[in-house]
Amino acid sequence: MNSSKLSKDIKLFCLRMIYESNASHIGSALSIADILSVLYADIMQTFPENPNHPNRDRFILSKGHAASILYALLGELKYFDKAKLSNYGKNGDILMNHVSHKIPGVEFSTGSLGHGLSFGAGKALAAKKKGETWNTYVLMSDGELQEGSIWEALMFSAHHKLDNIVAIIDYNKLQSLKSINETLNIEPLKQKFASFGWHVLEVEGHDHKDLKKTFFEAKKVKNKPQIIIANTVKGKGVSFMENSIKWHYKTPNKRDYLKAIQEVKNA
Amino acid sequence: MRNALIKALILKAKNNRQLSLIVGDLGYSVVESFENSFPDQFINVGVAEQNMIGIASGMASEGFQVFTYSIANFPIFRCAEHIRNDIDYHNLPVTIIAVGGGVAYGNLGYSHHAVQDFSFIRSLINMIILAPGDPLETSACIDFITDNPQPSYLRINKSGEKLLFNKKPCLKPGELNIVAGRKNNKKLILTTGAVLELGLNIWESNKLIKKNWMVASLPIWGETLRGIITKELSKYKKIIVIEEHLLAGGFGSFLRESGISCEIMHLENEVCNEVGSQNYLKKKFGLNINMIFDLL
Repeated sequence: MNSSKLSKDIKLFCLRMIYESNASHIGSALSIADILSVLYADIMQTFPENPNHPNRDRFILSKGHAASILYALLGELKYFDKAKLSNYGKNGDILMNHVSHKIPGVEFSTGSLGHGLSFGAGKALAAKKKGETWNTYVLMSDGELQEGSIWEALMFSAHHKLDNIVAIIDYNKLQSLKSINETLNIEPLKQKFASFGWHVLEVEGHDHKDLKKTFFEAKKVKNKPQIIIANTVKGKGVSFMENSIKWHYKTPNKRDYLKAIQEVKNA
Repeated sequence: MRNALIKALILKAKNNRQLSLIVGDLGYSVVESFENSFPDQFINVGVAEQNMIGIASGMASEGFQVFTYSIANFPIFRCAEHIRNDIDYHNLPVTIIAVGGGVAYGNLGYSHHAVQDFSFIRSLINMIILAPGDPLETSACIDFITDNPQPSYLRINKSGEKLLFNKKPCLKPGELNIVAGRKNNKKLILTTGAVLELGLNIWESNKLIKKNWMVASLPIWGETLRGIITKELSKYKKIIVIEEHLLAGGFGSFLRESGISCEIMHLENEVCNEVGSQNYLKKKFGLNINMIFDLL
């Protein structure tokens, strides 16, 4: 499976889902398309035909508002019939705008930030206790780090030497109303995570080679949980959405949508 | 009740290596016997209730049955959203144990008064409430929940409770556990939790009450059991509920929402502004023998 092709395909699907359902969070979704594509194409042990396979690696999308891109990916990888994606956000459907465990392949429902890492640490601890070798990946947003519960889970994971958990920070430096730095500074991130006992890695979050290399490097770390600070661009791949606060909530109109898919196709 | 709880958990943990006890840095001189017996099944997460619930949920999603342990409000309100989203919405087999329900920690002040806990837990769509009346019923609640793992909240008192049953009862969800009185009586003093002792004291204190009323505990209830409970109580002509909780959102309010007519003996809101022993606070703020005569 080619992660670059996968990334392009899911971006196109995601744009369509958000446009057709009049939804938000396209910027947040595009920000993580490359991370997800590399994880599912090259890193994680997955079983789309049996989403609950006991040996699967577990992926938790803690920034649940980016559900559309994960749904698009799971549909593309045949966890369920891709045609169902057209029901995204529609009345009575289970493809809700924040990620839902009712969808095959989704481990955990989120939407309120600050829940994913504790849940993932619980899974990682369970794997250790059962002597199982699968890994847990938890993808969080940068603004989410302002939640206190995250720091409880960071302490816990390091204390219990959970080297089977990888946290990824989608560090696009923008949150809902303004930039992270203008809202509530989270720096110095590397030092903070290191001082909490995590092995810290940094990656260019849209460079598939770098992502792949970094994920493999994380797998080699023993006795420490790993955290990857992925430097990303909110709205990546659509020039007028990139680094723009307004695409956190704004829904693309028809002109935006047609222009966006043209740009993604031509990239 | 604390000791009965830990003894029961130790018995169950022997046969189930995936039964885990997670404490939020509380349980001094109570939880050590579990930790010593099953160190691999015991975790102290530290003073971090949100993480405690998240960890418990993650483990439960991988086949573990998890009990979390803390006191009073701490395992409920600090981590309310984690309970709602992680445990209840995902329907995971986690039992949240709160020691010191009501005003058991009365002298410690309002921060330690669990007088609104039912109101939150009973609004959750999957969670059941286990509120035993004595140590034997506590043990029976552990029997029930280990046989039927599900999202649940176990509210117990603290220590020194009398044995009110002759033997460990067999509990069925939503069904009454009759403690005293003639079985054909149609008047019922109904309690949930450790306030059962007060119910019995009231019953024993007056000949007429003793003759015409029954006393029962309802130790397993909650939103999912509304139908069973309504049916169970439909045979009674008069019901007086006693609960160590504020009126708002409590057990009595739960019954009234179900269309069950009942009088409610409850803690008055003013209890929140005063400290004192459990007995002092109960007597002063609505839970005393004399109150019953206003309700008969």
